[in-house]
Amino acid sequence: MSEIAVHHGLSLNRINAMVLRYWYLLLSSWPRLLELVYWPALQIITWGFLQNYISQTSGFFAQAGGTLIGAVILWDILFRGQLGFSISFLEEMWARNLGNLMMSPLKPIEFLISLMIMSVIRLAIGVIPMTLLALFFFGFNFYAIGLPLIAFFCNLIFTSWSVGIFASGLVLRNGLGAESIVWTLMFALMPLACIYYPVSVLPSWLQTVAWMLPPTYVFEGMRALLIDHVFRADLMVHALVINAVLLIASFSIFLALLRSAKRNGSLLSSGE
Amino acid sequence: MDQIENRPAPASASDPAASAAIDVAHLVKVYKTTRAVDDVSFRIARGSITGLLGGNGAGKTTTIAMIMGLVLPTSGRIHVLGFPMPEASAEVLGRMNFESPYVDMPMRLTVRQNLTIFGRLYAVRNLADRIDQLASDLDLRDFIDRANGKLSAGQKTRVALAKALINEPDLLLLDEPTASLDPDTADWVRQHLENYRRSHNATILLASHNMLEVERLCDRVIIMKRGKIEDDDSPDRIMARYNRDTLEEVFLDVARGRNRESAT
Repeated sequence: MSEIAVHHGLSLNRINAMVLRYWYLLLSSWPRLLELVYWPALQIITWGFLQNYISQTSGFFAQAGGTLIGAVILWDILFRGQLGFSISFLEEMWARNLGNLMMSPLKPIEFLISLMIMSVIRLAIGVIPMTLLALFFFGFNFYAIGLPLIAFFCNLIFTSWSVGIFASGLVLRNGLGAESIVWTLMFALMPLACIYYPVSVLPSWLQTVAWMLPPTYVFEGMRALLIDHVFRADLMVHALVINAVLLIASFSIFLALLRSAKRNGSLLSSGE
Repeated sequence: MDQIENRPAPASASDPAASAAIDVAHLVKVYKTTRAVDDVSFRIARGSITGLLGGNGAGKTTTIAMIMGLVLPTSGRIHVLGFPMPEASAEVLGRMNFESPYVDMPMRLTVRQNLTIFGRLYAVRNLADRIDQLASDLDLRDFIDRANGKLSAGQKTRVALAKALINEPDLLLLDEPTASLDPDTADWVRQHLENYRRSHNATILLASHNMLEVERLCDRVIIMKRGKIEDDDSPDRIMARYNRDTLEEVFLDVARGRNRESAT
């Protein structure tokens, strides 16, 4: 993957080739497919029953039906979106195939776009059954959120790509010894993104930090919609602006880490 | 960000770097305190086969990796097919290819799937025909629809060679291309590489520990030791200089520090 090539001429053919590569890989391994559905399904069932229990004992949750299940599904979009991106990247490291790709005409931006497409495909395989389970078991129709769902989804998936690009860059630079970053980095956002509670719960100085994260706007927006029945477009626009900055920053960091990997010879020894 | 107008230009026609397949000048690579490649310069003519020899840690892999753009040099310059590397890698990567024991083909994908993907990455025209041709040339037909991970070491080497030839490259970089092959298959692969060079006027740079292979294939041999070029000439002239009958004996002389005069 050439660095200069970032600057001119994207090839859809090369992006398709990479998506096809990951599609072949998914189809060749039923445990990989099962794993995509297994964890989200387990999550929704566990949290769904918890929501049922709480709503029987708490007036607030009885009125604000679905906030917990909605938050679980949206968190899964964020988390699985990043995993879907990063696992496809890790597949190249595990297969020791990165050298072949780096030496081919594939450009970094094309590689990253193919990982983004795969994150959406993997997400669809995992989250659609999850939403159907929520409907079937708990009567929560995720799609009844309607058009705001598109704004929620886009903002969450953009954040997941930024985190995925950043984590992949770290693994590229530091080898598979840094693999655990891929699995844990998103959890660092969890307390600050205010998934299950409003931002007002946080101390004021931490609220400032929380508002720097696009998912915070999405979860606040979801609560406004489910509890107050108001769609806060202003929150979505704020999140979108921060996401644009994060995507540019993560891509720049990825290129810097790629260059550092080439300087340090890490691409020749991409093991631990 | 650079614009298209700012793309690195190829070397001018009067510059010898333009006519060479590879032109390396004063190449240095330092990893922290280790000088892996130390002021290496050579020029490789188009259509030639050159062997890069040296013991472990001699700097062969690092040199090849810098030519490929996988490692950035500390200093020095590299031109590949007339273009500066890595600045103009976008112009060059589609015209070269490589095979190395440091990389694998994805194990779960079949041979045909792997070749399809790499063929698309290299924008190969009539890809299905090209894959059929490679399957025939490299005798892959019996296992072309088998997962790469289920192949023997020799079969994997042939598949890696097929991937390296998928785009009919002008420049082929090979690291131990016949490792893990039985003598018959290895001989057959060498014959194929010779034919490929002749039919495509391709340039091949080959790192190998198989001295017979180098003697048979290469027009020229570059011997490296501790990051420097120890010798650089045709196999016959190098053997004559060391007063040896085989390159293997020359290799041992170099590795054990016996100089040309005292080699006998």
